[in-house]
Amino acid sequence: MKSEKKYWLDGPRNVRRIVYALCLLCAVLLVTDLLYHKHPHFEFENRFGFFCWFSFIAGVCLVLGSRVMRKLLQREEDYYDR
Amino acid sequence: MIDSLPPGILLIVGGLLLPLLPGRWKSVWTLLLPLLSGLHLLWAFPEGTSLTFDLFGYHLTPVHVDNLSLVWGYIFHIAAFVCALYSLHAKDSTQYVSAVVYVGAAIGAIFAGDLITLFVYWELTAISSVFLIWARRTERSYRAGMRYLIIQVGSGVILLAGILFHLRDTGSLAFVEAFYLLLPATEAKFLGLNSPGTALIFLAFGIKAAFPLLHNWLQDAYPEATVTGTVYLSVFTTKLAVYALARGFPGTGILIGIGATMTIFPLFYAAIENDLRRAMTYILNNQLGFMVVGVGLANFARNPDVAQLALNGTAAHAFAHILYEGLIFMTLGAVLYRAGTIKGSELGALYKSMPWTATFCIVGAASISAFPLFCGFVTKSMVLSAAAKDHQTAVWLVLLFASVGVFLIAGIRIPFVAFFGRDCGKRVAEAPTNMLGAMGASAALCVIIGVWPGSLYALLPYPVHYEPYTTSHVITQLQLLAFTALAFATLKLTALYPVDQPSVNLDTDWFYRKPLPAAVSGLYRLGVLIRGAAAGFTRTVFDHVVAWIKQECGPYGPIGRSWSTGGMAIWAAMLLGAYLILYYLR
Repeated sequence: MKSEKKYWLDGPRNVRRIVYALCLLCAVLLVTDLLYHKHPHFEFENRFGFFCWFSFIAGVCLVLGSRVMRKLLQREEDYYDR
Repeated sequence: MIDSLPPGILLIVGGLLLPLLPGRWKSVWTLLLPLLSGLHLLWAFPEGTSLTFDLFGYHLTPVHVDNLSLVWGYIFHIAAFVCALYSLHAKDSTQYVSAVVYVGAAIGAIFAGDLITLFVYWELTAISSVFLIWARRTERSYRAGMRYLIIQVGSGVILLAGILFHLRDTGSLAFVEAFYLLLPATEAKFLGLNSPGTALIFLAFGIKAAFPLLHNWLQDAYPEATVTGTVYLSVFTTKLAVYALARGFPGTGILIGIGATMTIFPLFYAAIENDLRRAMTYILNNQLGFMVVGVGLANFARNPDVAQLALNGTAAHAFAHILYEGLIFMTLGAVLYRAGTIKGSELGALYKSMPWTATFCIVGAASISAFPLFCGFVTKSMVLSAAAKDHQTAVWLVLLFASVGVFLIAGIRIPFVAFFGRDCGKRVAEAPTNMLGAMGASAALCVIIGVWPGSLYALLPYPVHYEPYTTSHVITQLQLLAFTALAFATLKLTALYPVDQPSVNLDTDWFYRKPLPAAVSGLYRLGVLIRGAAAGFTRTVFDHVVAWIKQECGPYGPIGRSWSTGGMAIWAAMLLGAYLILYYLR
């Protein structure tokens, strides 16, 4: 049997590298917050890293919320065909 | 001659003639029709033209071309061509005809200057598009198509009722009030939500625009359509409704709340939906929310500058959205076509066999998530900026939350589940060339608009004073994207993200798919029961009466039986005796 081509993403080490790169990118962007002059529409946008922590919390809340919703609303695949 | 034909009519008539053409010419003809129709629009109807005539004493304007309708006119033609290219492999006359007529009807509706013309095209889009669902030719799609048709035609009937009320109140059938977009703010005229008639029209538009609680026909029907049908459907119906709202109800305050709600709740469904095309229709619903908020913010009387920015934002976002939403649906359609399924639980790591499709999906995902240099970045931010300038703090925060959600689900989850993630072991062929061409064209347009936003801004209804590429906007957007990705990675690594599993999620369609049929069949059973009981009762009473008559008047009954001679003589003697006594007493 012909062995299949190995892809770069197949290596767990490489996936870990992507996650580390993402963490590094986030750190850099958080620091960037101090380096430019803001022109906010709202006062709270001036807080350090507002868009960073807002996005992280919003993303986590969305997924945790959908987990709760799944418990309430998810049914078997053939639910409507029965 | 050619300039007295309304835009879109070439597509409708051309579509109906399509079955007469021999084999290969059908494909050529579907590709040619959007081009011809586009050229017809450009040549025969420059901005500011209209066609009018009087019928039975009513003043009708079947065509009205201005700077608002043209934005939709252009993008509908571009999308029609791309969709036709995408569907070339299908070789299915039913789909070709219904798609072309559907597109023609949608374009006709965009340029409708009066409400009756709008109604006619409105219903035609419903009737022609249902065949794109039925063309899948399964029992499931037949039922979904029926539900879709009932709701769409229902929207048309409500629209007609509203039009008749409105006509009685105002005596006017006008949908486009004399180029209101070019008038000073104080003189701007549009329907507005101010009478029972306009409320019904608003409701009809709301059904087609998938307002919260009126939305579920969208998620119910679209994913049941054919590979190409879903792409067509995702472009036209709902964006026609957004146009109708922008035309008839700009600055209607209630739209801000409705739109903000629309941007949020579908995200939770999209996060757990296993059918990826259905998950994308929830995202489609969320994107419509941004446009509806834009229409609601366009209050010319209160703040003309914000209103112009908001309406520009709505038009720009609709334009870009048609490109990237269509692109993502095309890539998912290609997956369905090749892998035979679009369920998240059965897919994964398809980038190995469909690298081009995966790349185009990522371009679509980057565009919908508003990455800098992609089209979403230069359009969605206009609506957010309008909300900020209007000091709508809560709405702005909701839209920001929705932007995070869109990236998390449409930007990361859907490409991840289909093309990356756990290897499903499926090794399939790359999408057909025509599909790749269509996806490539859409992807190119997404990037062109992102890099040169001026090319889109030049088409918008008002002069654009908005600069998307400021340091602050680019950095804050990158922060938003990076930290959302970090949230996704964290949730995946901690196994908090729900695993895809075969399932359905209950939504408002549950009410008319479970309790309503149950109630109807319960009512039927109750009717049968009542009828049985009533029949039994009547029969018992009747039997008793008959038995009594039989007993009393039958051959042996006291009245009916034949009497003996002796008995007769006694009765006669008694009668005569009684007579004698009475005579004596007198």
